[in-house]
Amino acid sequence: MFSVLKERVGDVLLPGDEFCCGPQETLSLTDSGKPERLVAGPGIRQSGDRLLVSRSGVLRHKEPNKFWIESQQRRYVPAKGETVIGIVTAKSGDVFKVDFGGSEQASLSYLAFEGATKRNRPNVQVGDLVFAQFVVANKDMEPELVCIDGSGRANGMGVFGAGGLLIKVSLGLVRRLLAPHSDLRADLEKLFPCELVVGMNGRVWVRAASVQQTLIVANLLQSCDTMTPSQRQQLFKRVQQGGL
Amino acid sequence: MMEVSPSENVSLREFGCEQTLLSRPDGSASFVQGDTSVMAGVYGPAEVKVSKEIYDRATLEVLVYPKVGLPGVRERSQEQCVRETCEASLLLSLHPRSSLTLILQVLHDAGSLLSCCLNAACMALMDAGLSMSCLFCGVTCAISTEGEIITDPTAAQEKESRALMTFAIDSKEHRVMMSSTRGSFSVQELQQCIAISQKASEKIFQFYRDSVRRRYSKNL
Repeated sequence: MFSVLKERVGDVLLPGDEFCCGPQETLSLTDSGKPERLVAGPGIRQSGDRLLVSRSGVLRHKEPNKFWIESQQRRYVPAKGETVIGIVTAKSGDVFKVDFGGSEQASLSYLAFEGATKRNRPNVQVGDLVFAQFVVANKDMEPELVCIDGSGRANGMGVFGAGGLLIKVSLGLVRRLLAPHSDLRADLEKLFPCELVVGMNGRVWVRAASVQQTLIVANLLQSCDTMTPSQRQQLFKRVQQGGL
Repeated sequence: MMEVSPSENVSLREFGCEQTLLSRPDGSASFVQGDTSVMAGVYGPAEVKVSKEIYDRATLEVLVYPKVGLPGVRERSQEQCVRETCEASLLLSLHPRSSLTLILQVLHDAGSLLSCCLNAACMALMDAGLSMSCLFCGVTCAISTEGEIITDPTAAQEKESRALMTFAIDSKEHRVMMSSTRGSFSVQELQQCIAISQKASEKIFQFYRDSVRRRYSKNL
């Protein structure tokens, strides 16, 4: 059914491109009754039985029926369930205001931390970094963050400790870092031990054994954005040999 | 619709484009048409001033800076032309209560400035990853005193011309989205210019596709 679309996977599409994914003319007797439904991801809009591309980028596909456009962006638009690194900008009553690089600030309740109660408030100051997850994120409402998962555990989220360095990279690089079996992460692991916290909003927090190593990792990540895999491996090899 | 006879030449000057060349904006592009060159930067969707907030869509602000001096009446009219074209092609309702800012810096004006601004704007919006219903491009036509139609004129050709028109054309149906005209011309001449611009736009859209493909070739 999506053969028109499947043929174009890996191609670069531009806004305004259109596909017709009409219902099949003939009914197959072997198929089970339920027709396949297409899931349109970022950059693709469904309008009747037509598919409209609204962003420029590479068409990607995931079995059985997910399609989306992968593009390079810098500005983050929140989505429910994504984890981000935010900066606490204000304390007002029982919520913190958190800047996550989007179009408005998100609110973070003081009760949304592991072990927090009305009596036992979490120790969060203005200017602190938090790693948190969106529970409310849609275009019409104020985004809301929490630092606990569904069972009330921190699960890696919360306020950052001292040390480390926060850098900004493109959203495309973040997705490459977080992808399972990412070759970029594998290359990075070979260099030296370091701690990385990657927010979907393009903010990356790095901490290594020394300040020097932290800076090296931060600079490498920022320059990875515009490099091909072979260029990157060459650079990493030079760093490993102490060439930089 | 007017037919363009094959003898009529749709010649555009050499054009070029570079995307993501600035580090601070969310999307940037520079567009060169002959000696005319414009740099564009896009910020957004970002926080909006309460006075400019629109409850069901994003506020788009376009700023045109001339090469020297401060923006004046000419720049304001260019801003309006570009803004109305962008508003028509962007899906602004996806980002209500936020602001988009498009800044166009003229680097050199050697004719067809408005069409170059439109092209740079489109490339920068695409680079920022904003959702659009279609792309657009700008084509300028000049009618010389002898009645000859020149596409993508230089500054000298513009000065000698009897009439000057700029059209913004969409990528889906090649319809006219915006037109800005100066001088006197007949209805037939206008339709002829539109037909020629539509033909020229195909070249520009092909160029858009090639340049975006080149940009993404690195991460394939």
